[in-house]
Amino acid sequence: MMSKRLGRLLPWRSAMAVLALSTASTCFAVSQIDTFEFSNEIQERRYRALIDEFRCPKCLNTNLAGSDAPIAQDLRKVVYRLVVIDAMTDQEVRDYLQVRYGDFVLYAPPFNSRTWYIWIVPIGLGVLGVFVILGLQRRVARQQTGLDPAQQARLQNILQERSTADSSSAGDGHKHSETER
Amino acid sequence: MIPELGNFALALASVLALGGAGLGLYAPREQVLQNGVLSMVFGQWAFSLVAFVALVYAFVVDDFSVSYVANQSNSLLPWYYKVSAAWGGHEGSFLLWILIMSTWMLAFCWRSDQYPERFATRVLGVLSLLNLGFICFALFTSNPFLRLIPLSPADGADLNPLLQDFGLIVHPPLLYAGYVGLAIPFAMAVAALLEGRVDATWARWCRTWTNMAWALLTCGIALGSWWAYYELGWGGWWFWDPVENASFMPWLAATALVHSLSVTENRGTFKSWTLLLAITAFSFSLLGAFIVRSGVLTSVHSFAVDPERGMYILIFLALVVGGSLSLYAARAGQNTANVGYELLSREFFMLVNNVIMVVALAVVLWGTLAPIGYEALTGGRISIGTPFFNAFFVPLGLLLLGALALVPVLNWKRTRAQVLMSVYQALGVSAVLGVLVWFVLDPSALLVAAAVGLSTWVVMTHARHLGFRLRKGNVPAAYIGMTLAHLGFAMGTTGIAITATQSVESDVRMSPQSSMVLAGRQVTFTGVVNVLGPNYRAQQGIFVVTDGDTSYELRPEKRQYFAGGNTMTEAGISAGFLADTYISLGEPLEGGAWAVRAHYKPLVRWVWLGALLMALGGILAVFDKRYARQRRRQVVRQTASQGEVTVS
Amino acid sequence: MSRASLFVPLGVFVVILTLGYVGFDLGARSELPSALMNKPFPEFNARLLGRQEQSISRDDLLGRPTLVNVWATWCPTCLSEHEQLMRIAATTDVQIVGVNYKDRPDQALQWLAQFGNPYRWVLDDRDGLLGIEMGVYGAPETFLLDAQGQVVYKRVGDINPRIWRSELAPRLLELGVRIDAAQSSGVEKH
Repeated sequence: MMSKRLGRLLPWRSAMAVLALSTASTCFAVSQIDTFEFSNEIQERRYRALIDEFRCPKCLNTNLAGSDAPIAQDLRKVVYRLVVIDAMTDQEVRDYLQVRYGDFVLYAPPFNSRTWYIWIVPIGLGVLGVFVILGLQRRVARQQTGLDPAQQARLQNILQERSTADSSSAGDGHKHSETER
Repeated sequence: MIPELGNFALALASVLALGGAGLGLYAPREQVLQNGVLSMVFGQWAFSLVAFVALVYAFVVDDFSVSYVANQSNSLLPWYYKVSAAWGGHEGSFLLWILIMSTWMLAFCWRSDQYPERFATRVLGVLSLLNLGFICFALFTSNPFLRLIPLSPADGADLNPLLQDFGLIVHPPLLYAGYVGLAIPFAMAVAALLEGRVDATWARWCRTWTNMAWALLTCGIALGSWWAYYELGWGGWWFWDPVENASFMPWLAATALVHSLSVTENRGTFKSWTLLLAITAFSFSLLGAFIVRSGVLTSVHSFAVDPERGMYILIFLALVVGGSLSLYAARAGQNTANVGYELLSREFFMLVNNVIMVVALAVVLWGTLAPIGYEALTGGRISIGTPFFNAFFVPLGLLLLGALALVPVLNWKRTRAQVLMSVYQALGVSAVLGVLVWFVLDPSALLVAAAVGLSTWVVMTHARHLGFRLRKGNVPAAYIGMTLAHLGFAMGTTGIAITATQSVESDVRMSPQSSMVLAGRQVTFTGVVNVLGPNYRAQQGIFVVTDGDTSYELRPEKRQYFAGGNTMTEAGISAGFLADTYISLGEPLEGGAWAVRAHYKPLVRWVWLGALLMALGGILAVFDKRYARQRRRQVVRQTASQGEVTVS
Repeated sequence: MSRASLFVPLGVFVVILTLGYVGFDLGARSELPSALMNKPFPEFNARLLGRQEQSISRDDLLGRPTLVNVWATWCPTCLSEHEQLMRIAATTDVQIVGVNYKDRPDQALQWLAQFGNPYRWVLDDRDGLLGIEMGVYGAPETFLLDAQGQVVYKRVGDINPRIWRSELAPRLLELGVRIDAAQSSGVEKH
């Protein structure tokens, strides 16, 4: 066991650390800053939003904005060109990169015949959550009297008649147990 | 010698863990044997401490014959980084994990006199079993004490410069304290299932431990986010990276658990659900460990990929979580209380909280694991990142805020509709504020305005009701804790909404003595000087920021570390309660100019301050007098006199 | 809660475990599958290395199977695969086109003079724009095109003897490329 460990001694470059950013990769820890010129603020905002959305093809999970890798720099230049010079819309820029680098490069997975369930499943879970709450609400309502809405209405009528006869507030039946915690 | 001692101590700890597990799970009735379990737990703690100290010693004395030290450290490293480098890599950080686990176990021992003896022994047995798994993992697959003799290097490879920072000193210990702390409610749930007895009293015991672990986990995650923000140079503080998600998932489960325990304690209901949450929370801690240390998911944060380690953790995960979930399926649901409650009640709103937390948890789990599934099914590769998660978390967060606003006025079981008056008034005010905010920002900032409006509503109802109760009389610490935690959540959400949408970022070329305008402030670049650090040399840019009549200086650096030759950017940050100004240096350009990135980030500190407030709330709840240590005899008397509902 | 629903968490966990297990084999892979698979090679118009007056477009590649090899002098792996490429050029009749990616033309020409030139044409892609059209993110990368210009295979990484035997040569044979006997021994049949 010992010698196997020694034999597999990792060279220092690949030793990683807690929440560590790879020593080997130029990908993380930004030292490259592009100085592009924009004609208006909206363009600049769009550019920044877009480079946040695309994944650097080479890095270990970084977006174009946060990577120093050469390919990331090149792709930022491409996005700049597409937004500012070619005046493409956001979706056109996404399509442009998707055609060349595949779905991988989009941090928001596309919605198509291959990937529709990626979005539908969590939406379904959300809807399920809503149904759970509604279902519990209905059970809670029924718990109080065990009656359905029609019977509830009849009961209310009877109680109203009774309360006009004697003036106590008969509707307020439950004593609340207020064990304040 | 010392490293071998450490290794031996670890081996001894494993033996004691085995003994503790066997004896504890057997749940003896004899006092002597029960005390035996206690001493075995103490022994585990003592020996894991010895092992950990031995490792730290090897770092402090620069013992590069130990391979882990040679990989992580360097003689030029300042002593405090040498110490924290001990947990800078996988092997050492896992030893820290073991020490923290043993410490939690010791804490449980210390307080175990307030629990029934057999129950406490069972809990310690489960914990020892978990600890056994951890220690064996360390001993057999990730031993930090391995030597490099006879090839010991003269000096070490240096700690990654990104880790040479205060963040490394505090973030892992706090984070692990949270992760591992969730083992206590887990063990208590398993022990309760084994005994076949779950009731409101069990929930009360569980609460203090859960609240503490939750608070520590909240701190750990917040620290990690803050650290990433100032260290990485691009102003981001959360990336939905698999490793970050791995810490967020147990947090979501633990938050649900904190609330569910309250219901089980006060009303004796939701018992099966609470048990399930208790098992789930720690299971996600383990799943997180798997994700981070096995290389299954690509992340900048993950440790060195080693399939052997990953396999071990996977098998451990299968046994522990599979075992406990099977036990749950077999034995839960045996005692259910039918306790009624209305829509406008704390029970129902705790349920709403739980449903939202579980849906959020499911979304994060799906987003983290779906790429693996997709690749397995189709061979293609997709990425799931921030846009995906934001699409779900924005509505979930707004929903949670909305529900939260009603919480302070709610009673258990039933609330009179009249008390809602104050809530409606607060809603009116907040709605006006929200619309104002929307007006001031741009029309597309509707969600931001909604977040601000809802957060204000939460703050108003909580502050108002707290004031009301303080005037009435003695307010339990736990109530103040709850208020603080909810206020913290509102603060955090506001911070997130504002900083994510209203930050200003500017990347420009600046020559010395030139200025630029950033969000109404003037930033003047004075020039660059050379500085020398303990183990690096740097070019330091000097920037003067003028805001009205105040001005301050920021000094971002580009550092080059001697050992290893890494280059690193250190941002210059002016931290403010209302906003941060953040400047970092890029590359030098022609003509003595530099590429400069300047950010203005309003309310970014609220994100972490909000989280700290939440943690503070949790800790306050732990120290509520009503949960203080009571000796066993007193518990029985107390229960009878308070007329508590103990449904079994 | 019904009995059956108590088993749901266990079921969900089993799915997660399976994903974790499956993830092992997949996690090892770091190359991106090509977005151009089974699609036409992108349109381009690139100058030749060292001969700026001449340019090549996509149409010039049609009519026979082509290997498009992305290389650079700063890429050490490219040097180690170079020998294999020379051998392919000598023993097969597939046309090899080089794309000199983000490199200095003078250094590239010197490199070719020193180590040999297996390429029919070498395209000058000093700013990497052609590479981006191809979805390239590093060097070396190699594309195999059929006679109609469709991308049928992409290799991210070097062409070493193992890749040649198991992946490249069988596909060349399928496309009707003639491979000399010595080179084709040990080639796996698909």
